[in-house]
Amino acid sequence: QVQLVVPVAVVFSPGSVPEDLPSPLPFRDVQEMEISVNLRTSVTSRYEMSYRAATAREEAALAVATAREADAALHLLQDVSMGSLTVYVVAETSSLLPQGTSVYVGRHRSALVRSGGSLAALHTRLRQVTQVMSFTATSIAATLSDRVPDGRLSPDARRSLKSSLGYEITFSLLNPDPKSHDVDWDIEGAVNCYVKPVLDKLSLVANFSVDSQILYYAILGVTPRYDKESSSFLLSAHSLPHVINPVEARLGSSAASLYPVLNFLLYVPERSHSPLYIQDKDGAPVRTNAFHSPRWGGIMIYNVEAPASPQASLPLHVDVDMARVMEVFLAQLRLLFGLSWEELPPEFLLESPGNEGLADWELDHLLWAHTVENIATVSTTLTSLAQLLDKIGNIVIKDDVASEVYQAVASVQSAVAKLAMGHLHSAFQASKEAVTSSERAFFDPSLLHLLYFPDDQKFAIYIPLFLPMAVPILLSLAKIVRETRQRKKEPTKMD
Amino acid sequence: LREELLLSPLPTGDVAATFQFRTRWDADLQRGAVSHYRLFPKALGRLVAALGVRELHLALTQGFWRTRFWGQPPLQAPAGAELWVWFQPTVTDVDKAWKELSNILSGIFCASLNFIDSTNTIIPTASFKPLGLANGTDHHLLRYAVLPREVVCTENLTPWKKLLPCGSKAGLAVLLKAERLFHSSYHSQAVHIRPVCRDASCVAVSWELRQTLTVVFDVFSSGQGKKDWSLFRMFSRTLTDACPLASQSKVYVDISPKNKEKELLEVTPPPTSVHEAVVQGDKKTYAVYDLLSPSLFNTSRSLNVQLKWKRPQDSSEMPVPVLHAQRYVGGYGLQTGEICTLIYNTHPYRAFPVILLETVPWYLRLYVHTLTIITKGKENKPSYIHYQPAQDRRRPHLLEMLIQLPANSVTKITIQFERALLKWTEYPPDPNHGFYVGSSVLSALVPSVIAMKDVDVEQSPLFTSLFPSSDGSSYFVRLYTEPLLVNLPTPDFSMPYNVICLTCTVVAVCYGSFYNLLTRTFHVEEPSRGGLAKRLANVIRKLRGVPLL
Repeated sequence: QVQLVVPVAVVFSPGSVPEDLPSPLPFRDVQEMEISVNLRTSVTSRYEMSYRAATAREEAALAVATAREADAALHLLQDVSMGSLTVYVVAETSSLLPQGTSVYVGRHRSALVRSGGSLAALHTRLRQVTQVMSFTATSIAATLSDRVPDGRLSPDARRSLKSSLGYEITFSLLNPDPKSHDVDWDIEGAVNCYVKPVLDKLSLVANFSVDSQILYYAILGVTPRYDKESSSFLLSAHSLPHVINPVEARLGSSAASLYPVLNFLLYVPERSHSPLYIQDKDGAPVRTNAFHSPRWGGIMIYNVEAPASPQASLPLHVDVDMARVMEVFLAQLRLLFGLSWEELPPEFLLESPGNEGLADWELDHLLWAHTVENIATVSTTLTSLAQLLDKIGNIVIKDDVASEVYQAVASVQSAVAKLAMGHLHSAFQASKEAVTSSERAFFDPSLLHLLYFPDDQKFAIYIPLFLPMAVPILLSLAKIVRETRQRKKEPTKMD
Repeated sequence: LREELLLSPLPTGDVAATFQFRTRWDADLQRGAVSHYRLFPKALGRLVAALGVRELHLALTQGFWRTRFWGQPPLQAPAGAELWVWFQPTVTDVDKAWKELSNILSGIFCASLNFIDSTNTIIPTASFKPLGLANGTDHHLLRYAVLPREVVCTENLTPWKKLLPCGSKAGLAVLLKAERLFHSSYHSQAVHIRPVCRDASCVAVSWELRQTLTVVFDVFSSGQGKKDWSLFRMFSRTLTDACPLASQSKVYVDISPKNKEKELLEVTPPPTSVHEAVVQGDKKTYAVYDLLSPSLFNTSRSLNVQLKWKRPQDSSEMPVPVLHAQRYVGGYGLQTGEICTLIYNTHPYRAFPVILLETVPWYLRLYVHTLTIITKGKENKPSYIHYQPAQDRRRPHLLEMLIQLPANSVTKITIQFERALLKWTEYPPDPNHGFYVGSSVLSALVPSVIAMKDVDVEQSPLFTSLFPSSDGSSYFVRLYTEPLLVNLPTPDFSMPYNVICLTCTVVAVCYGSFYNLLTRTFHVEEPSRGGLAKRLANVIRKLRGVPLL
């Protein structure tokens, strides 16, 4: 019943138009795809393609030397809203794209595609590029993961965070051995330099707050194994799940807000345990020396080089190289938001998103996923509210709760309608409002089901009445049964 | 971070150990979306920043500090939980912020502070002043609440220890072993957050977090009648090192001579230095152990401070503090009663004023016209009275008075009350235990017996820097009286069920006999006389299809 509409503009540069076009340019075309999540839920995606020839200015923009320059020049010519895509088709022999790549995805909402000769080849490439730049069947299924039957999703799909109105990001420096290491990090500069641009971009999706702390004497939950060959300590992959628990107790809960917390820990191992490396399943050391925990955050181990002379005075002053650390943490942040570059076909070339850490189309990708998830959440919340009402008949729904429910239904309907029209941004806003009102209605304190007496307890109070009254009735029933039995016997005796 | 431990033998032979951990944060908590914490705990920092708190004082106490016998405490707290907070002037809805704050704090400290609501929150006008930097004392920004029923135990201590930068892994905090701390006569842990000057010029503001913990050990009874003690015997731990993050880590032992000429006690190992100070109007001598000085741990790996009395103390002469108080409930029956407060001023020649703050829950209806203050047989008129009557189920009584205490006198303050009947859902579990009335608060500037020099506040040990001392001749004291336990008329809670049971049984018995009367087959000897019962029975038998009688 939910229909996702992606407007795609396909622009043919001169010399790239395939011969077997069904009709002369410009024309429109619609491609539909059905994503079924479970037996009852399915999402229809609809790509509204509009084909046209390039304008003179676009031709001029495409005439530059490299794809990156073309992308930058084309961005100025576009006037695209969120969620819509523009695909420029260039000739198969064009030198704009490097050898071996046939698809180039830019920083913004556009891509360059080699025409591939025939219409069929172009169609497959177009389908691939639009799916990469908007959403794929797995990404939609992952957002509805609590409705998908178990075992059908890969563990990677369950990694990304649930949609929420806001997130709190906490960077923690764990120093278990302050006697020998005096660790200092310039977190303020690093946050401003690396994290802030990304979050500014993501601020469309949710509110973010960032803070940091330093925890002393915080230790990991497992003792690392000593490896003689490399004279280092190793944490194997299967012990990593046990690492987080003791640290978690020290992290401090987010008492002041209800948003989910993303934790990024930088662990400086104590002197007696350094250097410390993480081993993957095959026993090879992990290059980044970091790992992440789905929907929780990431941990990076930062080894301190031993001083040249053992007599060096303790504590040893350590300045953390924040560029190295933040590179890992930002990659983990992307993973936790479900943005990964892993599933790409080899002939794709992605423009690096630059300082912002996030391309425009990746933002769209997030918005698609979160909108669908919000709609699903609202429907789940309202359904369970309805179930509660069915269970307890005499529950009181106050006017404000009722108006919140109406509001939620109206917002979710408008979100679905906006999705079907292809207005991604307004659909996302509407779905956010729907989530807020439905949660407010569901968690209203007057709807606590413990406030209402279950009927069986009312019955139990009157047991002292019912029980003695039942005794003579049961006794006389037993007597009637006995009498009827005797009467049946008597006629046989008479015979 | 500065950590201090003060060990002082009390006149009765008990030992009071007071820990204090001071963390300063040179940052403005009120501004900035991104906040970065080093030693200051993040949980509290976010709380202060988010809710616009200017000053926060939370104390959780088990037991009662006996001022009469133990002397003036360094920092007293009432039994149960006490919370008072000054908010920033920018906070628009103070009540909402207060509610939110108490809920969050109850989560952080695992205490039932979420029971703080309008029925036990008051706005004192004179008793509580901001202790940190403040330019306004608009008391509408102040909220004060006491929960006398709160029981303090290990689940409150663990989160408190977690706020320390070194946890309980290093420094003085290794002594904080819950098993021993709660095996004591008095246990009080507190958190104080206030803004202070960053330096002498006082241009910028820093935030100071002061975590204090006071325990009183009864060494006399646990040590076979001897008053000697050591760290190991009290805490079953010894000190091994200072917290590596601390800039100051000291243990003070109070070795002030009681009699002027004779040394009665000795401490081992020998202290690194001896410090003399005037604390609360009394000249005190402290043996100081500086844990940061390397010489202390040279001879042995750990520090176990021991104190031995050279000869048995003559316990006859016990010093009595200048100001102490006592409170009890008078009267009989379950309808009316009387709250009596006795305030003692034992100063030989100086009179001084004291501010008394009484909070009484609404279910004790105070009669203000019965308020009498009698000193030395004469009526004593208070120079300032602030009374806010209670509203049922909305707010408590608040009575604040400024009373002049003549030298060497006892002042008796009595006020009568009537006990209200509560609705049956308002009774707590175990209502026959009684209802607590929070301690009343006495704040006074007590003139000191000996002259005090203006000491450098930062140098003097422990709490002298928390309360501002106005001048050399007097010092600030805040005392709490005993909490009261008042019995209210309690209904028989099982009565409704009993009534249901009884009436149901009666109805059931009636029904049963009537039913039997109708359905039993009666064999009548004389067939000619068909009575009413038989006819009725025949009607029923006809309906049942059974042969008639």
